[in-house]
Amino acid sequence: MSVEGLKAKIKQLEEELAVQKSINAQNAPAREKIAQMSSEVVDSNPYSRLMALKRMGIVDNYERIRELSVAVVGVGGVGSVTAEMLTRCGIGKLVLFDYDKVELANMNRLFFQPHQAGLSKVAAAAYTLRDINPDVEIETHNYNITTIENFNHFMERIQKGSLSGGPVDLVLSCVDNFEARMAINTACNELNQIWFESGVAENAVSGHIQLIIPGETACFACAPPLVVASNIDEKTLKREGVCAASLPTTMGIVAGFLVQNTLKFLLKFGQTTHYLGYSALTDFFPTMQLKPNPACDDSFCLERQKEFAAKPKPEVVEVSPVVEEVVHEDNEWGISLVDETPADAVEVTQSKPVGLAHGVDVAYELPAAESGSSGPTVQDTDISLEQLMAQMKKI
Amino acid sequence: MVDDSTRKTLSCIPLLKTKAGPREKDLWVQRLKEEYQALIQYVQNNKTADNDWFRLESNEQGTRWFGKCWYIHNLLKYEFDVEFDIPVTYPATAPEIALPELDGKTAKMYRGGKICLTDHFKPLWARNVPKFGIAHAMALGLGPWLAVEIPDLIEKGVIQYKEKSDV
Repeated sequence: MSVEGLKAKIKQLEEELAVQKSINAQNAPAREKIAQMSSEVVDSNPYSRLMALKRMGIVDNYERIRELSVAVVGVGGVGSVTAEMLTRCGIGKLVLFDYDKVELANMNRLFFQPHQAGLSKVAAAAYTLRDINPDVEIETHNYNITTIENFNHFMERIQKGSLSGGPVDLVLSCVDNFEARMAINTACNELNQIWFESGVAENAVSGHIQLIIPGETACFACAPPLVVASNIDEKTLKREGVCAASLPTTMGIVAGFLVQNTLKFLLKFGQTTHYLGYSALTDFFPTMQLKPNPACDDSFCLERQKEFAAKPKPEVVEVSPVVEEVVHEDNEWGISLVDETPADAVEVTQSKPVGLAHGVDVAYELPAAESGSSGPTVQDTDISLEQLMAQMKKI
Repeated sequence: MVDDSTRKTLSCIPLLKTKAGPREKDLWVQRLKEEYQALIQYVQNNKTADNDWFRLESNEQGTRWFGKCWYIHNLLKYEFDVEFDIPVTYPATAPEIALPELDGKTAKMYRGGKICLTDHFKPLWARNVPKFGIAHAMALGLGPWLAVEIPDLIEKGVIQYKEKSDV
């Protein structure tokens, strides 16, 4: 081998060694814990750019973030990035829930790395997050929150998981299925816990975040799931052979929206959105406010609605936006817009929440109460459950 | 959205009455009895129609279900373990039926072998809370899934016929 060849080989090996050393360094935290956030602008201060938000007058009291606790439910494409952002922001404590393992099929998304394949998502995430910022306390739970044996524990951690042993300051739902969202909704309605719902569509080109304040804004059970119009004809969407597509971009954007609004909510600056949608194909971002459904199926939602109605409301000064009417100076050809919606397409159903923004719709509509399938129902029986179980086994 | 034979099958399964999930101790027992009644009726319907295709049983609390389902293709019987948990939000949300041994073998599954249902399943379930139960989830979810996926998986050579002692 020539001298040049050997030099090139040495350079390559040195680079490989550097990477390996950095991996080994993960065994020990890269820096010591920092007791107090400093606003000193030096290269070694990981919080200097965050504390600059105070000096610029954006946030009044940034250090307060160190006292705050957030639960992240679902540590996948959105949840892991959410947890990383909050960790880099210096959040006091994160409580992570997920029952899944890291797989190579996750590598089209951010955060997890190929060498973590096979580890539980919460364990792998805790490892990386502690390395990024050892000041953040991280609690992990590797289980499915929707099952009866885990749900009570999940509720207990929401209620007592903060740094001070009280309820967490906010719950962030970053799960990918309806069942888990409903479980979070049930828990938060019962505990009167404010939470953010987030989601990315299975076609990867739309997403949303939604703030749920029990009793004050629509809960997740108040209406069928909301979808942001992706401007794709659903009939042309090929679902043959696949369940879900995903993009790191859409998930990163939704995680960004989620954490941005989490920071605004927790540190009390700017306006926290009640609903923010995202359609990737048209760069469309609908926002809206949704009132709770007085006929919601969740009894705790109704209870919270009653409590909210009884609470004195702060005076809100309504600033109505000025809607400018489009007037064309001349209209030589007599062109005007015609509503092309066929009359039969406009169908008023009870399940559509009032105040839906243009471009946001319910995933499906529900009939008025007491309909759906009709037919014979099960007969009342004196046979005991044990006997029925035995009968089923015998068939 | 649902084919005629599925519709007919569905109409012969008795509807449930009690809206209760596993967190409601007393009412859940009542719901569980109804679940078993509907399931027993459905299995008997299947046997009568010479289309017996699954067996299920649960733990004592009725929160975890397991059993077998099978599919006949070219006169050969392909059998699979089936399992699912009853979520705390049941019956507002349907159980997620899983065939763990097929996990990773088809894209029409979520992690853990949970079957990927059609777009029609959830709206239909939501419209029929609390009348639909486990028997309906089997008829509307797992039945059509097996009919579409199993022949395809056999054709692709992903699953092979195994001699098994009869159930």
